[in-house]
Amino acid sequence: MVLEHLDMESLETLREVMGAEFTHLVETFITDSDMRVTSIAETVNAADADAIRRAAHSLKGSASNMGALSLADLCRRLESMGAESKLEETHDLLEQVRKEYSLVREALQAL
Amino acid sequence: MLTPAVIKILVVDDNPTDRLVLETILRKQGHQVVSADNGLTALQLFQQEQPDLILLDALMPGMDGFEVAERIKKQVGEDFIPIIFLTSLQDADSLARCLDAGGDDFISKPYNSLILRAKINAFTRMRAMNHTLLTNRDQISEHNRMLIREQEVAKRVFDKVAHVGCLDADNIKHSLSAVSVFNGDVVLAGVNALGNLMVFLGDFTGHGLDAALGAMPLAQTFYSMIEKGFNHQDILVEINKKLNEVLPVGVFCCGLLAEINFHEGTIKVWNGGLPDCVIYKPASGELSLLKSRHLPLGVLPASQFNSRAEMYDVHVGDRLYLWSDGIHEAENHRGEQFGEQRLFDVFQNNSRPESLFNEVNAAVNQFIGASEHTDDISVMEITLVSPENFKASHVLTQDSSFAGPDKWSMSYELNPDTLRSFNPLPLMLNVIVQVPMLRTFSGQIYTVLTELFNNALDHGVLKLESATKNSSEGFSHYYQSREVLLQNLQAGSIRFDLDYQGGRKGGALIIDVVDSGDGFDYQNLGLAGGDVYSGRGVHLVAKLCSTLEYRGRGNAVRAVYSWGESAF
Repeated sequence: MVLEHLDMESLETLREVMGAEFTHLVETFITDSDMRVTSIAETVNAADADAIRRAAHSLKGSASNMGALSLADLCRRLESMGAESKLEETHDLLEQVRKEYSLVREALQAL
Repeated sequence: MLTPAVIKILVVDDNPTDRLVLETILRKQGHQVVSADNGLTALQLFQQEQPDLILLDALMPGMDGFEVAERIKKQVGEDFIPIIFLTSLQDADSLARCLDAGGDDFISKPYNSLILRAKINAFTRMRAMNHTLLTNRDQISEHNRMLIREQEVAKRVFDKVAHVGCLDADNIKHSLSAVSVFNGDVVLAGVNALGNLMVFLGDFTGHGLDAALGAMPLAQTFYSMIEKGFNHQDILVEINKKLNEVLPVGVFCCGLLAEINFHEGTIKVWNGGLPDCVIYKPASGELSLLKSRHLPLGVLPASQFNSRAEMYDVHVGDRLYLWSDGIHEAENHRGEQFGEQRLFDVFQNNSRPESLFNEVNAAVNQFIGASEHTDDISVMEITLVSPENFKASHVLTQDSSFAGPDKWSMSYELNPDTLRSFNPLPLMLNVIVQVPMLRTFSGQIYTVLTELFNNALDHGVLKLESATKNSSEGFSHYYQSREVLLQNLQAGSIRFDLDYQGGRKGGALIIDVVDSGDGFDYQNLGLAGGDVYSGRGVHLVAKLCSTLEYRGRGNAVRAVYSWGESAF
């Protein structure tokens, strides 16, 4: 269900703004986000609250710019948990982030 | 809509996706973009590229955006380089931290190109405004610096011109306010050829250069006319004329010119625009107010100027006080003015006249409060002393070479037209001082000439009775009728014959004066009655000359002034 994961209106605007650079942007996002999801996983496994906050914050920003609104929202929740040092549900949320990201990734590559 | 300015923007973000989006949007809007993916690179690029605006991510690994902002704001000093934080930070604390670090605004993700454009335009305008402001401020402070420098130069020049007089005489005290470098108050004093002290206190409208511009010709006219033997009236007329010609409309000089005659015990006063100055008689406690009766100097053209002065009788120990309105307008911290009453109270409460000058100054400074500024106010005090005790450096400054005419004579006849409006004495004195040795005695010679001329004019040509001068009222009545008679004079003449014979060691000047009047009974002149007023001043003349001789019916007189080893 593409619509649930990517806001096509935002993406269309972004495509207009980026023009020829759009493909490059998608590639950059995927390469960077692959790393960021990995580093989120590391911070969650290490139970480092501040590191979780930072890692989630960064992915939240780029996800929102790419119109990946569900992913941005999951990151926002994870960022708050890190900021408040409430780590009980971080593993659960990490799994959701992974699942959502792979869907977004697929959808973007399919464009 | 205004064409948006093209500027150079530094983008700092560790996230390549966001950076790429931002760079692309900004370039599309026509801006030049440089990017950094970490804080240290950002600082380097800032130095190299000197961007006009910075878009800065707050959270970055290594040096974060807060620190980058702080360092950059410290470097730029007064220049305004807007920093806009790129953040999706939500909590108020983090946003406040951005502002504390020197951030000027925020933009949140996802980026919206319309909002970006609007913010960049707004900050570009603010930056231009800041630049204009700084440039203007720098120009103003540069102008101010130049103005002060010019005022200092003006003051130095003025001090040279103004301080050749005899302000340092023992019986003169003065203080000058120094509100600005050159405050517009002027104090001058000089001794004329009769040995009378001429003092002037003036207050120019405005401060600084305006005032200095007028003060210089004023001082120069004052001193050079005193030196050349011109009288009270001539000096006023000339100063007014000069200031009227030189000064722009709206700039003029309130001033009081006083001539103090220590021999006769009189003060002649002309006040144009200064507040009431005073003559204080410690013996009786009497305060005579010297009211302003004229417009300030430089206001009226020469044809409308009135130089009429008032005469006051004074005795040894009496004091003349001159001041500008600065003393009345001195304000305390409540904005109240010192005023006339407080000033007169100082006189009322005084017990030692010698300390009055200091008491006036102290009272004003105490009133305005020592915390303010212990600025001197412009005040001048002249104490009446006996002629022997009046010691002042003589104003004659012409160089003295010994060459000069040894034997000469001249004849000078004055007719009604000339007598009405012209003072012939400076001209004659000017001839006489060509003889270097006579120049030394010019004061005494001038006195002799003045007395003889006044007698010939007043009692001879105008036929005034000297006895009327005996009382104070008579005194002023005398001068009034003299003025009327002079203006209506149709017939009569005075003739001077000067004959000089001299050498290096001595000489004699023979002065013959003949008037067209009826003469007088000089046989009874004798030594009776030492009355200064009605004695026609002949006792003084007799004292100064080796010979004084009336002839004919009393309308001709010969005075011989000798110096050195004279044959006469």
